[in-house]
Amino acid sequence: MSLIELRGVTKVFGSGQSAFQALKGVDLDIEKGEFVAVMGASGGGKSTTMNILGCLDTPTTGTYRFKGIPVETLTNDQRAMLRRRYLGFVFQGFNLLSRTSALENVELPLIYRGEDRKTRRAAALAALDRVGLLQWADHTPAELSGGQQQRVAIARAIVTQPQVLFADEPTGNLDSERSIEIMELLSALNREQGITIAMVTHEPDMAAYAGTIIRFRDGLVEERIVNKVLA
Amino acid sequence: MLLTSFLLALRAIRRHLMRSFLTTLGIIIGVAAVVTMVTLGNGATASVKEQISALGSNMLTVRPGAGFGRGGGGGPPRPFEDADVEAVRAQVGGVLHVAPQATTSVTAVYEAQNWSTTVTGTTNDYFAASNFKLSEGRTFSEPEEQAGKSVCVIGDTIRTSLFRDVDPVGASLRLNDISCQVIGVLEKRGQAGPGADQDDQVVMPIKAVMRRLTGNRDIRAFQVAVDPRFDTSAVSASITSLLRERRHLTGNTENDFNIFDAKQISDTLSSATQTMTALLAAVAAVSLVVGGIGIMNIMLVSVTERTREIGIRLAIGAVQREVLMQFLVEAVTLSCLGGIIGLFLALALTIGISSAMHIPFVFDVKINLLAFAFAAAIGIIFGFFPARRAASLNPIEALRHE
Repeated sequence: MSLIELRGVTKVFGSGQSAFQALKGVDLDIEKGEFVAVMGASGGGKSTTMNILGCLDTPTTGTYRFKGIPVETLTNDQRAMLRRRYLGFVFQGFNLLSRTSALENVELPLIYRGEDRKTRRAAALAALDRVGLLQWADHTPAELSGGQQQRVAIARAIVTQPQVLFADEPTGNLDSERSIEIMELLSALNREQGITIAMVTHEPDMAAYAGTIIRFRDGLVEERIVNKVLA
Repeated sequence: MLLTSFLLALRAIRRHLMRSFLTTLGIIIGVAAVVTMVTLGNGATASVKEQISALGSNMLTVRPGAGFGRGGGGGPPRPFEDADVEAVRAQVGGVLHVAPQATTSVTAVYEAQNWSTTVTGTTNDYFAASNFKLSEGRTFSEPEEQAGKSVCVIGDTIRTSLFRDVDPVGASLRLNDISCQVIGVLEKRGQAGPGADQDDQVVMPIKAVMRRLTGNRDIRAFQVAVDPRFDTSAVSASITSLLRERRHLTGNTENDFNIFDAKQISDTLSSATQTMTALLAAVAAVSLVVGGIGIMNIMLVSVTERTREIGIRLAIGAVQREVLMQFLVEAVTLSCLGGIIGLFLALALTIGISSAMHIPFVFDVKINLLAFAFAAAIGIIFGFFPARRAASLNPIEALRHE
């Protein structure tokens, strides 16, 4: 059994005349420890798929098994618990809390997990150290560069030691040099910690870091390519 | 979970000090305005009541003449007789004391000092009826009253004007042509109204005044102290019908005497100040509502601004309940903090203004609680409901919110 299994997933936004079918029956498997890049033109269904995979959204029809759990049958709160326990997110726009230090941002998921103060602090500092921002722990997002903010976001995503990290165009707002740093970091997390990564990207350079590339087109998986360079 | 919410709420307040301060300010001003105005209004009412009760609120004053502003023809109004006073004492129910008064103006002289004042000829009932107490000396003795001895009790104004530092009790005072021994001094009472200094009088046995000063047996007025268990207006009506009969007034003939009821004046004034208090409270309530709208706006704006934040929290695994609880704790903390500061501000203001205006400070628990509860409710409701809307969004939609 794969870690992630989508079967015949469709997603319709709106209803009646204005209804738009974003996904038209997607079948997709992601194995534990894989690094998958999801590519495709805008409107091809890659972001919708990512939201469903990340348990942020539910399919209209079809099934999604995460670790064998039928996600489409869960309530909002149950899906939140699933995200809290197994998933980490990195967004294109960083999505850090403003006026909040890097340390407190990274601590946030642990607060919701109910960890005590000492554990939280130690884990958050370790995560910041992992992304190379230990000395920036007390700085707020406004005092950090874009690349640094994204690394704080990655620290926040990995502080709970998730099984899967979802990254939605993590380098979309960064210059090429910062982008390479972020990709190196994600790639290292995948290799060294065995974190499964699913990443949406437009840029072939970034997709090149992934072991598998899945290309979407018109709401369907068009092709699945194994990265020969890495394999 | 509550602990988590507290931690998150306090962090959010700390991070947005300006926003938190503005929210709190609306509540502070609203609560302080209402409590201050109502408390001052209550103080003013209490002050009016106190002044009126100094007049003797269960006291009727009966005078000859048709009443205020009624000169009319037919010469000076007919005075009362001893027998009228005795009849009221004997025949009207609910009467505690009846004090006849024969008054005249005199010049009082002590050594080189002289002072124009009023002599009130009366009985010991006068002190009881008017609620006068003596600061020194004694009232009249039975033989002094019976024989109409030339003794007197002086008001505080006379003491300070004529005697200065000398102890007046036992001294001899000259009133026009007669000499009179001071046996007591009234406790200082102060103005009862414009031009009515109750401390500026010399009180003598009525027989002494009639015989030696006025030279007639006219009773210019009498005071009736009413048993508090009786209604002053009912007693007043009984006296009226008794006096009409004794003065042979029949049919539609108007009264040729009038009865002044301090209780009536007191009630009128109290209801007037209560109306003022109600008016002030209404004005203050408007400021509380305006403060509430301020809170509402800040809360609505901040929740809109914070929809993305709610999205982030939901995406990283917060459940809806936790997000709501955080906003609720934030709203409760700010509202209650503002309410408490508002109450203390009102306390300081009312104590200060009361003492500056010389009115008593009357602490009203009800209005304090009411204002606090109202402000807190506004803060909580408007902090909570927009947050609930945001927390029920799909995390994706909340994150896309700009």
